[in-house]
This record gives sequence, structure tokens and C-alpha cells, in this order.
Amino acid sequence: MASVEVRNVRKIYQREAERLVVLDGISLEVATGDFVALMGPSGSGKTTLLNLIAGIDQPSSGDVVVGGTEIGRLGGRALAKWRARHIGFIFQLYNLIPVLSALQNVELPLLLLRMSAKERRRRAESALQLVGLGDRLKHLPRQLSGGQEQRVAIARALVSDPEVLVADEPTGDLDRASAEEILRLLERLNQEFKKTVVMVTHDPHAAERAHRILHLDKGVLSN
Amino acid sequence: MSFLSLVLVNLGRNKRRTLLTFLSITVALFLYCALGGVLDTLDESIKVGSETRLVTRNAISLIFPMPIAYRERIARVPGVRSVTVSNWFGGQDPADPRNFFAQFAVDAETYFPMYRSDIEIVEASPPQVAVAIPEGMDSRLAAFMSEQTACVIGAQLMKRMGWTLGQTITLNGTIYPGDWPFTIRAVYRAKVKSFPEDAMYFHWKYLDQKGMAGRSLVGAFMLSPSDPGRASEIQSRVDAMFENSAAATRTETERAFQAGFVSMYGNLPFVLRVIGLAVVFAILLVAANTMVMAIRERTGEIGVLKTLGFEDGMIFRLVLAEAAVISLGGGVTGALLAKLALEGGGFSITNFLPPMSVYWSTVLAGIAIALLLGAVSGLVPAWQASRLRIVDALRRVD
Ligand SMILES: Nc1ncnc2c1ncn2[C@@H]1O[C@H](COP(=O)(O)OP(=O)(O)O)[C@@H](O)[C@H]1O
Ligand SMILES: [Mg+2]
Repeated sequence: MASVEVRNVRKIYQREAERLVVLDGISLEVATGDFVALMGPSGSGKTTLLNLIAGIDQPSSGDVVVGGTEIGRLGGRALAKWRARHIGFIFQLYNLIPVLSALQNVELPLLLLRMSAKERRRRAESALQLVGLGDRLKHLPRQLSGGQEQRVAIARALVSDPEVLVADEPTGDLDRASAEEILRLLERLNQEFKKTVVMVTHDPHAAERAHRILHLDKGVLSN
Repeated sequence: MSFLSLVLVNLGRNKRRTLLTFLSITVALFLYCALGGVLDTLDESIKVGSETRLVTRNAISLIFPMPIAYRERIARVPGVRSVTVSNWFGGQDPADPRNFFAQFAVDAETYFPMYRSDIEIVEASPPQVAVAIPEGMDSRLAAFMSEQTACVIGAQLMKRMGWTLGQTITLNGTIYPGDWPFTIRAVYRAKVKSFPEDAMYFHWKYLDQKGMAGRSLVGAFMLSPSDPGRASEIQSRVDAMFENSAAATRTETERAFQAGFVSMYGNLPFVLRVIGLAVVFAILLVAANTMVMAIRERTGEIGVLKTLGFEDGMIFRLVLAEAAVISLGGGVTGALLAKLALEGGGFSITNFLPPMSVYWSTVLAGIAIALLLGAVSGLVPAWQASRLRIVDALRRVD
């Protein structure tokens, strides 16, 4: 069964007289457990497509179905609830909350699920252990390296056990070694934990780790 | 971690800004409650005397006296248990004429029994000769009763003037000219907050002989009804009795009589209320602006929270709670500070008024206003944050 289905999606930004067609009839399928890399030049609409799959934006036309749910049909509140359960989002610039410790950052998505404080803590700790940061629970983001920050962000993305992880240039701001760690981690999450991964990247090296590479150019996909 | 700790952590981001906002709200609410306290104190002052005790005075004006002979006639009105006499003296301490305090010439034999539940004698000179003490009067007033020029002074006034028991003080009469020596024979403390503790009481007979050459006039009669329910009946009977006399009377409850004094303050209470609210409003604008700024700086983070699945309503509540915590914290601090500092300090606004009061109702109103202030100052940023579209919020960080 397909985990992610994008059917004939258009995304148009209307700015005054200007009409910008960012995605022009995109269709794609990502099977459950697949690892897909999305490449393309800057401004080609990669982030826009990822946002549609993650349910943080809505298409101008066409359907996005993730895990059997047609997310265009969900209203604001239902969509937020759906994201909390089904999507883990990984940003290029980590986007951790600077005043929260690593552990608190990872606990954040669990505040949205029915769970005791103890259970939240236990889950967040094991997520941090999984990414190799079991000894950095109390550290603030600024006390961590870029690679470590991104690993905290990955722990945050997977702590609520979503089926789909989306990552927008997760290694774009990291040195080689750190980038390698992140990619290995994503690979492991895909293989060991059967997460479906959709990753945007500029880096052909990174894209090689995926099972499949899609190219986006001027709003149109090619394999 | 919990929602509340998230709110507190957010408040800790910019500690100086949070502290300054907190302090400005503290100061505003302190001021609001202090001004409210002035009103409470005025209010307290009109609660002098019970609702049942009556005061009879000249119908034209307080400054015109009535003949002492009225007293016998009032005493015969059915339902009147006792009548006493009080007359404003208006003397000055020649050494310090601006240091005002109230002096009353009273008929001690009836005055002190009538007010025995309002005051207590805490210090008194021992009597030199044996005197009969009227029923209902503190026996410690014996020395005072046996001496024409003796006086009784409130404990607060004693302290303020640095006087001692047995000392002779000389006042300068403004209404009744001349030098008036008095010997302090007793000190009283007020048992009820509304009774002035910084006043002086002396024998009306002394005033009559030395100041009025025996013309025997009085400023006011105090009436104690035998049954509180008969107050209004007595009131109209007394006034009817003197309707066609040289000096017509006006009889009202002691409380209403005091309220007449307070009306001298005119629009002051209204002005105080307006000032208090204006200060709160000014701080509201400052607090709201600060909150808008604080939230705008976190636009990207709000986008992240929403991406994680925080609903718009949660973001709204998170921001609102942040504003409410600052406002409520500052408001409670300011309001309680006003209560403790002004009331506990025994601070006095003027010598006319009882010591400063800040009612709990004023403190609670202050806290409610602070809560409202928090809600209003948080409303705009909370609404903006909740309406923020994720993609727009995130684009600002990347
Ligand atoms: N909210 C928006 N309003 C207007 N234009 C936008 C908005 N978001 C993205 N765009 C435009 O859409 C195009 C694609 O953006 P994006 O998906 O971020 O590209 P990529 O991630 O491939 O670099 C760009 O030209 C960008 O300027
Ligand atoms: Mg992008």
C-alpha cells in the first residue's frame, strides 16, 4: 500500500497581479517503508511539495493522501491533531526551541498526546538514546553541536512514533562527518523501524542513500 | 514538562523585559489600590458611630449653636435613653499652629458612658479627691472628672505631640479667644477603627464659663435611643419640636452626619477613581506592546510548534497564559503591597480621617483588574500568533 500519494497537485501563489505556479500537476507515490530523495534546483518547489505531504500547507488543487487519509479534507484542528500522530518533520536548521533542554524539546510533541508526565519523560529519554544522545538530556541547544542538534530534532520527530518522516535538507547546514551520521540515522529509522522517509536534498551524496530519487524542476517531476 | 512549565520558560527568555513589565504592573496596581484605599478611608470615616445613635444640630448650619436647654426637652422625647453634648473647640497649639488636631468640649458625665464601647482608657492620673463616678463611666476617669481644666487625649495624638500624662498644655482659641490651659488626665485608645484616636476631649462646663460667659450654647446633641428601631421616629419628633424655635434643628444618624463632612471632598473621589483607571490603562498599553514584541520575536518557533501539531487554540492559550501570569503576579504583588504597607503602617491621610484603610474588596478589585489587564494585553498577540500560517511563520526563520 502506498504511504504517500500525491495526485495531480497544483500549488499557485497569487501575489497581487503576479501568479506564481510553484507545482504544476505533480503526481507521485511513496510506498510504505520507502526512502525517497527529492532533488532539484533552488526555488523549484521542493519545500512546497514537502509541506503539502506533511499537511502544513494545502494544495490549490489535487489531492494528497497520507496513510489513507485525504488530508485536504481535514480542517485546521483535525489537521493539527493528525500531524501530531502521523508526521515527523525534520528541518534544515533543526528549529529546536532554544530555551528548552534536549529532553524538553523531545517531550514537546508528546504534550499533545494523552500520556502521563512520567510516560512522556520515559519516551523522550529513549528517543534521545536511540539517536545517541542519552547523555545530553539536560543540554540546551546552544550547548550542542549542529550535528547533535539535528539528532535532537530527529528524536523529536520520531518520539510520537509517526509512520512518515519528512526532512527538508536535513544535512544542508552540516559538515561531512555530521551529515554522514544524520544520513545513517535516517537509514536506520527506515530499515529498522520501517519509517517511510521523504527527504529533500541538494547533495547527490545524500540522495544516494535513498531507494529512489525524484527530480523536481520548474514545478514538474521527473525520475 | 507541562503546558505551565512551557509558559514559565517563555517568561524566562528575556528576564529583564519580564521583570520590567511585572514591576510596571505592580506599581500600577499599587497605585490603583492606594487611591482606592483613600476612598475606602473616606468610606470608613462615615461609618463613625452607629446607625442608631442620632445627632441633632442646627438646621441652618453646623456652625450655628443651639441652647443647652434643648437637652432637657430632647431627653423627654419618648424612646430617648440618653442625650449628651459635644462642641467643636477649634484651638491651636501656639508653638505649632499648623499641626492641627480636633478638640471637643463634651458633657463628660453623659458623653463617656454613651461612647464606652468605642473607646477605652489606657492611662490615667490617680484621683486626688474622691469623686462619684457616673454609671457606665470608666472609674479611671476619676481624676479627669474632678478637675475643671482636665482633658482626655487619644493615644495617637499623645505620641505625635510627645505629650505625657499630667502635663499641662496651652491652646490658643480661634473661635473662643484666649489662652486655654488644659491638664492631661487620661489617655484613650479607640476600640473601633472609625473612632478618631488623635482628638482631645474636655469639659463643656469649662468652655461655657471661660469661653461663652455662661451663655450655654452647644454645637451638637448626641442621642442614644432605647430601641434602635425607634431612631427615625425620634428623629422626626425632635425636629418637629424645635421647628418654630429660634434655632430649628436637624436630626440624623451619626453616620449620615459624618457623611455630610465627607461630602466636603466634592469630586475628589471621582477624580481619584479616574486617575487610578488612567494609570492602569497606560500600563495596559505598555504591557500589550511588550507582549506583541515578545511574541513577534518567536514567530518561527510558533511555526515549529504548529508543525509539531499544536492547534491554533493551544497557541492562543499559551500566549494568553503568559500575559496573564505576568499581570496576575504583578497585580497581586502591587495590591497586597498597598494593603500591607498603607494599612499596616498606620498611615493617616489627614487628621480628620481615621487611619488608612484598604478594603479587601479593593484588593480583590485590583487583582481582577490585573487579570483583565493580562487578558487584554495578551489578546492581540495571542490572536496574531494563533492566526499565523505555518508556511509564513517558517519562512521567516529560513
Ligand atoms: N508563501 C509563499 N508566498 C509566495 N511565494 C512563495 C511562498 N512560498 C514559496 N514561494 C515561492 O515558491 C517557489 C518555490 O519555493 P520552495 O518550495 O521553497 O523552493 P525550494 O524548496 O525548492 O527551494 C519560490 O519561488 C518561492 O519564492
Ligand atoms: Mg526549500
